[in-house]
Amino acid sequence: MTRSLLGLGVMALAAMMLALAMGSVTVSLPDLWQVVQGDGSALHRTLVWELRLPRAIAAFATGGLLAVAGALMQVLLRNPLADPYILGLSGGAAVGALLAMLAGMGTLLISGSAFAGAMLATMLVFGLAHGTGSWTPSRLLLTGVVVASGWGAVITLMLAITPSHKLPGMLYWLMGDVSYARTPWPAFVVLVVSIGLIMPLARNLNVLARGPMQAAALGVSVRPLEWVVYLLASLLTATAVTTAGSIGFVGLIVPHMLRLVLGNDQRIILPASALAGGTLLVLADTLARTVIAPEQLPVGVITALLGVPMFLYLLHRSR
Amino acid sequence: MSTLRARELIINIPGRPDGFALNMTVEPGQIWGVLGPNGAGKTTLLHTLAGLLPVRSGQVVLNDSPLKELKRRDIARRLGLVFQERQDTFPATVMETALIGRHPWLSPWESEQGEDQALAEQALAALDVDNLSDRLLNTLSGGERQRVAVATLMTQNPDIWLLDEPTNHLDLHHQVKVMNLLRNQAESGKAVFMCLHDLNMAARWCSHVLLLYTNGDACWGATDSMLVPEALERLYNQRLIALEKDGLSVFVPAQ
Repeated sequence: MTRSLLGLGVMALAAMMLALAMGSVTVSLPDLWQVVQGDGSALHRTLVWELRLPRAIAAFATGGLLAVAGALMQVLLRNPLADPYILGLSGGAAVGALLAMLAGMGTLLISGSAFAGAMLATMLVFGLAHGTGSWTPSRLLLTGVVVASGWGAVITLMLAITPSHKLPGMLYWLMGDVSYARTPWPAFVVLVVSIGLIMPLARNLNVLARGPMQAAALGVSVRPLEWVVYLLASLLTATAVTTAGSIGFVGLIVPHMLRLVLGNDQRIILPASALAGGTLLVLADTLARTVIAPEQLPVGVITALLGVPMFLYLLHRSR
Repeated sequence: MSTLRARELIINIPGRPDGFALNMTVEPGQIWGVLGPNGAGKTTLLHTLAGLLPVRSGQVVLNDSPLKELKRRDIARRLGLVFQERQDTFPATVMETALIGRHPWLSPWESEQGEDQALAEQALAALDVDNLSDRLLNTLSGGERQRVAVATLMTQNPDIWLLDEPTNHLDLHHQVKVMNLLRNQAESGKAVFMCLHDLNMAARWCSHVLLLYTNGDACWGATDSMLVPEALERLYNQRLIALEKDGLSVFVPAQ
């Protein structure tokens, strides 16, 4: 168990190094080593420390946040297809961000507005799904899907009435783009702190995955646990969306692939999701920066191109 | 050792009149069987006794403390439940499933140690599923899964065992094996309380029987005094033939 986490950690480091080395100007490994030691040319130092490293950390944190949020929601809803994007959380955040952009607000307000949108979307979905009865997972998922398509319509409407000179920025934001991240640290800190918070609850989540009645019979206080998981997953999603726009499918495919390989012990799956989700997004972002360099693709395009076939494949082979 | 007591207990079945309040004590060494037709509220009663469903009135008392005032974790150390239906959305192995029985005994930072593993292995062996311990639950037959569920309760090792039709899906040999296991547990000081559909099993293995009627009426007592053909015929609305063989009562439905 520790070995698989160690392996994922090594992969994450390797992906980081790749992200630092690759780009419009390639920094070779010996050069990179020099830069890390504090030497190297001024160009290389600027490239690595000021441009590529903050972006790589932002990508890592965003991917980790989304993957952990997905893993948490899947246990909460006891549905392996749950994911912040599918439940409409990202959609709510996007509407918030686009409204701020439309009003010509600054970066900070765009972030704040996106965060508010994500939290509003969560409350809407969980509040509506609660209704007069209890939270049944299928009802929650269905509510999320319907609300998500509602957000989609609002987004289209907003794009239709937006003056054309503002469109490119909005479209990039909608597809998710790490280059929008101003500082990577808030996302990274949220990721580390929430992993620390959730780990003592991980065995409770294993039991919750067997259903709320079984969990209660085994000593879990189900309702408080569900609230903690729900709030934490919303916070993680909101932070991720605020950092890099709406990036889909990371929350879905990463926990899924890990479960296929490592089983479903949340004590492993949650930290592994953070590492693998981060690695995936660092790689996807490196690809997005380099594949048609000097032009850049939004990273969401890469994750969606990977995610859609993966999702369909998993759905196809699941019973 | 623990006792579980129902005081003036009326279970909450929507739309049903209160019926007869339950006043009974399940003590160490006893094996209780709950008999009743479909929809009489056997499962609801079991879940209410475990504190998983609210009562309509009255209370459930575990060792002098009302269940409501206890923490779930403390309840789970003394009282465990085998459900009739189980969810397996996510893949899990037989061993992992048995080990979740240790959950109430471990603190948040602890993980299962060799001792927990040994308890789980013993339980799986006692139910003849130790050879399946690495198999995924969703690849097992219904009977095998049922035995894994009983093994999970055995790993949990509470004083009070509640079971919802523990012999469901089991072949004859394993029905007897599970019932004998429950008897052994009762002899070692556990209290067993289960829903059953098989009158003959209740007659052979239960020390006490609770008859639960669809209208909310109930009566309970020692098995010999409860299993009289007239009462059972009224319970199931079904004519019965009662046979006697070597001092054992056998009930067969009449056509």
